[in-house]
Amino acid sequence: MRAFEYVVADSPASARALVREVDGARFYAGGTTLVDLMKSDVEQPRRVVDISRLALTAVERRGDVVRIGALARNSDVAYDPLIAQNFPAISEALLSGASGQIRNAATIGGNLLQRTRCTYFRETRWRCNKREPGSGCDALEGFNRGHAVLGTSSACIATYPGDFAVALAALSARVVVEGDGGERTIALDDFYVLPGDHPERETAVGPGDLITAVEVSVEPLHARSHYLKVRDRASFEFALVSVACAAWLNDERIDQVRLALGGVGTVPWRARDAEIALAGAAPDDDAFRDAADIALAGAVPRAHNGFKVELAKRAIVRALRTVCGGAA
Amino acid sequence: MTATAERPATRGFIGRPVDRVDGRAKVTGAARYAADAPVDAPLFAVIVQSTIARGRMTAIDERATRAVPGVVEVVTYRNAPRVPALPFDFSVPVQEELAPLQTADVHYDGQHVAAVVGTTFEAAREGAALLRIEYEVQDAEVTIAAAHQIDVPEQWFGDDIQPRRGEPETAYESSDVKIDASYVTPAENHNPLEPSVTVAEWRDGDLIVHDSTQWVRGTRAALAKHFALDEERVHVIAPFLGGGFGCKGFFWPHAAIAAMAAKLTNRPVKLVLTREQMFTSCGRRSETHQHIRVGAARDGRLQAVLHDVLSESSRVGTFVEAAGGVTTMLFDIPNIAVTHRVARLDVPTPTAMRAPGEAPGSYALGSALDELAYACGIDPLDVLRRNHANTDPASGLPFSSKHLLACYERGAEAFGWSSRTPAPRSMRAGTELIGWGVATATYPAMRAPAEARVTIGTGGTIDVASATHDLGTGMYTILAQIAADTLGVDPSAVNVRIGDSTFPNAPVAGGSMSSASVGPAVQDAALRAYREAVSLATSSDSPLHGLSPDAIEAHDGTLRAKADPSRAIAYADVAQLAETGTIEALGTSAPGDEGERFSFHSFGAQFVEVRYDEELARLRVSRALGVFDCGRILNAKTARSQMIGGITWGIGMALFEETVRDDRAGAVVTNNLADYHMPVNADIPDIEVLFVEEPDLRFNPLGVRGVGEIGITGVAAAIANAVYHATGVRVRDLPIVPEKLLGSAAAV
Repeated sequence: MRAFEYVVADSPASARALVREVDGARFYAGGTTLVDLMKSDVEQPRRVVDISRLALTAVERRGDVVRIGALARNSDVAYDPLIAQNFPAISEALLSGASGQIRNAATIGGNLLQRTRCTYFRETRWRCNKREPGSGCDALEGFNRGHAVLGTSSACIATYPGDFAVALAALSARVVVEGDGGERTIALDDFYVLPGDHPERETAVGPGDLITAVEVSVEPLHARSHYLKVRDRASFEFALVSVACAAWLNDERIDQVRLALGGVGTVPWRARDAEIALAGAAPDDDAFRDAADIALAGAVPRAHNGFKVELAKRAIVRALRTVCGGAA
Repeated sequence: MTATAERPATRGFIGRPVDRVDGRAKVTGAARYAADAPVDAPLFAVIVQSTIARGRMTAIDERATRAVPGVVEVVTYRNAPRVPALPFDFSVPVQEELAPLQTADVHYDGQHVAAVVGTTFEAAREGAALLRIEYEVQDAEVTIAAAHQIDVPEQWFGDDIQPRRGEPETAYESSDVKIDASYVTPAENHNPLEPSVTVAEWRDGDLIVHDSTQWVRGTRAALAKHFALDEERVHVIAPFLGGGFGCKGFFWPHAAIAAMAAKLTNRPVKLVLTREQMFTSCGRRSETHQHIRVGAARDGRLQAVLHDVLSESSRVGTFVEAAGGVTTMLFDIPNIAVTHRVARLDVPTPTAMRAPGEAPGSYALGSALDELAYACGIDPLDVLRRNHANTDPASGLPFSSKHLLACYERGAEAFGWSSRTPAPRSMRAGTELIGWGVATATYPAMRAPAEARVTIGTGGTIDVASATHDLGTGMYTILAQIAADTLGVDPSAVNVRIGDSTFPNAPVAGGSMSSASVGPAVQDAALRAYREAVSLATSSDSPLHGLSPDAIEAHDGTLRAKADPSRAIAYADVAQLAETGTIEALGTSAPGDEGERFSFHSFGAQFVEVRYDEELARLRVSRALGVFDCGRILNAKTARSQMIGGITWGIGMALFEETVRDDRAGAVVTNNLADYHMPVNADIPDIEVLFVEEPDLRFNPLGVRGVGEIGITGVAAAIANAVYHATGVRVRDLPIVPEKLLGSAAAV
């Protein structure tokens, strides 16, 4: 960790201004990702702008949209009746992440920006294109059991580690950002950026952008959503694979379906081709398995993570069966 | 609560589930651990480790480091005090023979190559991050598969580790049923809550060290040798440890570096290893590859077992993971051949980790016997019972006290083993497959010379002092119980002081031997103090004057006449009768020649239930039950906690734990507690612990054999066996992670 300047912001505008003043300054909310990375020298901000006291913590319904303040704590959001009733997948995803202590500290906005758990990213001794663009990737031929099989590139196979954003991907959520041009809304699909040749670029937010809220539409489909997380141990553990899905049946056929995957992609992975295949299908294991095959069709496994392909398919089948009302 | 000269221990407190006497101090923060040591204006040292597996440093650029405000010194091989290498010869407790910061040579990734010293921890850490070291890299061998140097050590800690009995090859070949299987256990790290810490201070040429060590006298010996001091000039203090499990049992180089930095700066220096550094700085459990061949009759009676162990060690230290030891003594096997080979690699030196040898060995042997049970078509528990060893097959001696069959019986009954259906995949609950497994736990009972001093002070205070240790296990409490029991006072009236090299000698807190070594010494000291008190009271002007010692008993902090309890005198007043105002007695305890007549071992039976969600390859341990035969239990509560901890660790060993090295670099990539998986509460079911409590009075006067390590043994085998029963998949390499079970549906 390097010495840094600590300043407290009293409004979103001042927070943005304070970050803009110093190259490489960082917002600090829950600190659950940033402080870890500062300790290991991966992040070396010269200034840390504390935004944790800004009034961005409300969870409120505005018409058919629920707006979650960016500084709402993960645990508060998970237990909020507006969330639990309208978006069970979001509640389940939040509660499956980290530990009680961390969920009490972590914020919704910060959670969206959670960095990968890739060992080769998190220790400065290794080559990492995400940390040092152009330096190479030691994960490609290294210990890559936890790494992504979807959305990878020859520059990066780091997994997007979170749960919450996977549920948001399935529910077509939007991220509200305040930037130099005022407030703008970014669809979750557009919020995360595939690594390609520039894995250092992870999201659509730029310097001086401040996430202020997440919006999710209230609709019957979203109330029939579910998040399933498969991991090595029962708690306090990142996903090997996870599935967020929602389904609405009509006349014993799948009318609408949403499917997103975690633990297997370089970004929260919306499986649109699988959704298309499922539309109109009978909700049975054959259809689920076909959809799972489609969802993983583009998978590129490495030496240690090949099992994720089959495991993800099984998790998809289980999760779809659950939301379609079949026996778990 | 009475004690007499003839029968001093009334056992009023021994065995009871007495709360930890140091519990309040620990939960309130009053207990001072090494890093809390009250030294004046300390400097802080942060270690820099090598990032190559083999080679040498060609340049060290300290400019950026020294430019950090608060950085006062950079200690490297260029300016470190010269210290000799400490050979592994049992005269000093080292595992790693490399003296730190003496040359530019690098022998493994994660070797200490510098220490940055600053006025604050933050300054030292920033300076450490800025130190630039250039290396000349040489080819390294960092995996067993790549090893060219394979040693075949004849002995390890005095035991023949290449033993043979009978005609194993012939007996195996001619057996009706044969099992030939190889098992792999990965490297694992201890990960105590408290990382290793050394706070070093030089005062008038004396070295005072607050150290997180399981052996204050051993650390003293090593530091004395490093710095060419008389041992009396080195003072090592370690009143509390936040766990050790073996990684603080031997002396490791960081402790010498702290003392070097303190010498160079002439200031006290505080050095705390980071969690990441703990993975290369103080040992690990060695990876093992175990090839086992079992030859048996169709009824499961063992004819021959051949057990070949290959483990890994460094090139700069000595360690053998003696996993084959269990095969020599655990079952009645007429023909055995056990071999141990060690691959010497460019990796850090391993060390003892909770039940070294027995933990991985009991997994392999326990799995092989389960495989045998299925090959013979008989109940796995029957295989264990049929091959029970009534005498120690290794030494030919009778066991001092062995109740393993009772452990099997009680465990089977409590677990409900008789309702197990033998076929794999035959038990279900809802959509989950259920598996039940059993295996045998074992650990030798060891004992070393120990001393303790009991002092009855003027205020009636009762003080116990010994250079033993509390790793969080309950040592303070059991020593208070033993002294209280002998003197007839309440344990809360006893002040136990341990973890100081100036106290009477005690052995390393390792090998599960502290209770059996130090306990009897405290008992002896308390008894001597009691006799001295009785002698003073009966020969001086006191209510007990003129009485025979046999007519006296202790009760509630007083001595009184048995015939007339109103004739009594408090210990406080007895102490006043002594010239010095205190009664002080030194007690000793040491093994005698009993080892020539008996074999001393603890045993147990581990029963486990797993549940397996086949679709998601999700495996959970849903029940665990251990029954143990460990001699007398000194404290039912702390002993039970030890077993729960051991079984919990066994679950971690079976399902989660693995220290993974990048095969190319030889660097640990799971060097943090997010990537190195240990069980969390949600992984651990209710664990039931039972004791077959038979005091082993042939071992020591207290009849105690120790409970530190046996709890983990056998657990991984019981789980792997339960997994086979549930799924039909035999996992022969730990940990049992989801990818090894994904094919289970096709297994049978």
